[in-house]
Amino acid sequence: MMAQQEIIIAGFGGQGILSAGRLLAYAGMLDNKHVSWLPSYGPEMRGGTANCHVTISDEPVGSPILNSSTALVVMNGPSLDKFESMVVSGGMIITDSSLVERDIKRADIDLFEIPATKIASDMGNLTYANIILLGKLIARTNVVSKENFEEALKKVLPEKKHYMIPEEMKALELGMNY
Amino acid sequence: MATVFKRPHALIDVPLHYCPGCTHGIVHRLIAEVIDELGIEGKTVGISPVGCTYNNYDYFNCDMVQAAHGRAPAVGTGVKRVNPDNIVFTYQGDGDLAAIGTAEIVHAATRGENITTIFVNNAIYGMTSGQMAPTTLMNQVTTTSPYGRKPEIHGFPIKVCEMLSTLDGAVFVERVSTHDIKNIMSAKKAIKKAFQVQMANKGFAIVEVLSACPTNWGLNPLEALKWIQDNMVPFYPLGNFKGKDLEV
Amino acid sequence: MGEKLLMKGNEVIAEAAIRAGCRHYFGYPITPQTEIAHYMAKKMPEVDGTFVQAESEIAAINMVYGAASAGARVLTSSSSPGISLKQEGISYIAGAELPAVVVNIVRCGPGLGGILPAQCDYFQAVKGGGHGDYKMVVLAPCSVQELYEMTVEAFNISDKYRILTMIMGDGILGQMMEAVEFKDKEDIISPDKNWATTGTQMKREHNVVTSIFINPEVLENHNHKLQEKYALITENEIKVETYNCENADIIVAAFGTVARIIKNVIKMAEKEGIKVGLIRPITLWPFPERAFQKYADVPKAFLTVELNAGQMLEDVKLAVNGKKPVHFYGRMGGMLPTQQEILDKIKDILK
Repeated sequence: MMAQQEIIIAGFGGQGILSAGRLLAYAGMLDNKHVSWLPSYGPEMRGGTANCHVTISDEPVGSPILNSSTALVVMNGPSLDKFESMVVSGGMIITDSSLVERDIKRADIDLFEIPATKIASDMGNLTYANIILLGKLIARTNVVSKENFEEALKKVLPEKKHYMIPEEMKALELGMNY
Repeated sequence: MATVFKRPHALIDVPLHYCPGCTHGIVHRLIAEVIDELGIEGKTVGISPVGCTYNNYDYFNCDMVQAAHGRAPAVGTGVKRVNPDNIVFTYQGDGDLAAIGTAEIVHAATRGENITTIFVNNAIYGMTSGQMAPTTLMNQVTTTSPYGRKPEIHGFPIKVCEMLSTLDGAVFVERVSTHDIKNIMSAKKAIKKAFQVQMANKGFAIVEVLSACPTNWGLNPLEALKWIQDNMVPFYPLGNFKGKDLEV
Repeated sequence: MGEKLLMKGNEVIAEAAIRAGCRHYFGYPITPQTEIAHYMAKKMPEVDGTFVQAESEIAAINMVYGAASAGARVLTSSSSPGISLKQEGISYIAGAELPAVVVNIVRCGPGLGGILPAQCDYFQAVKGGGHGDYKMVVLAPCSVQELYEMTVEAFNISDKYRILTMIMGDGILGQMMEAVEFKDKEDIISPDKNWATTGTQMKREHNVVTSIFINPEVLENHNHKLQEKYALITENEIKVETYNCENADIIVAAFGTVARIIKNVIKMAEKEGIKVGLIRPITLWPFPERAFQKYADVPKAFLTVELNAGQMLEDVKLAVNGKKPVHFYGRMGGMLPTQQEILDKIKDILK
């Protein structure tokens, strides 16, 4: 991977935006990288817009606030509107094409459109959509290892939800291979 | 020769600074006698208020913490939560407890904070020279109600015991007076019980003591005591509001 | 060192306080610091500690006053509007010389303002806020690891000098997650608190905790004593990070989160052949004047960057003492400066 990955994940509150970022950061830390995770915070708890900035780097992280990003993961249209221009030239955008209806304007980035919500729905659990998108991100950037992503799931999920981890990993692989 | 009357050990042997006829001295003595009788001086921590008795830490022999105006119940909460074996009492006047410190007293009471509050109600601000208090009676003249307390301008007096006795956390609530010997004896009984309630870990206890402020009432000491009887007692009925039969 | 964990800044403050021996927390909810209260509410019962959700910030700080009087290590936390309410208690704590720790996760003002990050409470923290001639130690960490280390240190400093220590962060620092490594055991330095009001046990004279001294001679002496203590702290406890300052074309002064943005700017500037230095005050009070004096002859100018209208700027100017121009760049209202904006400002100054 490149020396520093700057990732913005954005969508509606309740889509697991913040926890997707947290998983990524945790896995990065387990990969012995320097990491930071910064959420948008505010009155929106559910249904409002949510985003987080994740930095995973070989060096200590300077500012945790991103002015540009190497990768953007978006799970709704408004988030694409807001963050599309922040992606660096040559960077990547991964969209949940089940929910993002419009085409992107940028031609200088790699685009991956994955109907993550549809796939998750077919799996029987909508909450896997964010993991499916992360799968593609990990496959294309190697930002974190698959093994440490699984390890991160164990650290982040409460014990009583550990039974979900095999399904989560299956979702990750579906995304990686989409 | 047997000693039949002496200064309680819990009261330091210094002259009190209160005005002639002021009943703070009586209330101090009652508290000190109760502390002696219960043998709790070594573990008692008192919280001094703002007002005429701001420096009662110079009078009580137990450890004392001086609090900001109205905040004694919050300060007492802090002390008690750190050392639950301490016996913590707050000593507060009517401006302190029922105006600036209303939130603190209501919430200490409703939390059932295991502390004892001695609330001295003399219907006026003493230290700052006779302003209207939240407990000032209707038509009472003060330096900030020079034409008398009027409901359309000043609103109505707060009946603290009646208000606090609606709260589940307040387990012992009683109003007493200092205007004659009989009432002073009743006051001591109530204060003693309020400390015993705390010793038994039962919850929040408060004793409201109707008191005289002859200086700011513009009366002589005897007239002041009569003024309590004639004006305060009818509006602030004496007696137990809660916890009379509480086992302690 | 123990295991590396990924934790939120606010949670790390709470965990660090518990590790430092704090068993009493009193607070009132306000964004963006409420995770501290959540963490305390959950953890305090596990360590036989006390969590009280007070009826107000005023009550919370006065509970702190009481708990500190009783000799405990005690914490409260809030954000700007709540810290304004606490000023009464802060002044009394200063007057009564009680050790206590207050966290301010600053948001933008004035008034209710907004909930986004700011540094607009600098003056309030270092110049007063409450009434009277007093100071408190103000620590400004810039990472989650520093939040941990400085929270522990705050308790040690408070106990050592019988002073209130404030940890001043901002919404970013409180909300962000980074790796943190806790030590297996903290260095807890706490002198005997023989002044505490724990009950005489009939074995000593009574202790009195008070901030009122009606006699003017006594009160003046008390103030002299406080000032001597503040001088001692200024002598012993200043902390500052200087970075890239040798031969710098310009030195930027910034604290907390902003200092991290500056580190990115330093890299960007390097590529354009500009050498930017950074002086990051870690103690905002006592202020690291000497660091500025040491480098005052080096750069062409100083630039102070803050999330406010120019507050630390005044202390930087006092420290530089006219030797070099001191410029300012700030954003307010929860807006953050981009690295490019700051670089443009630097280029403009050096033109």
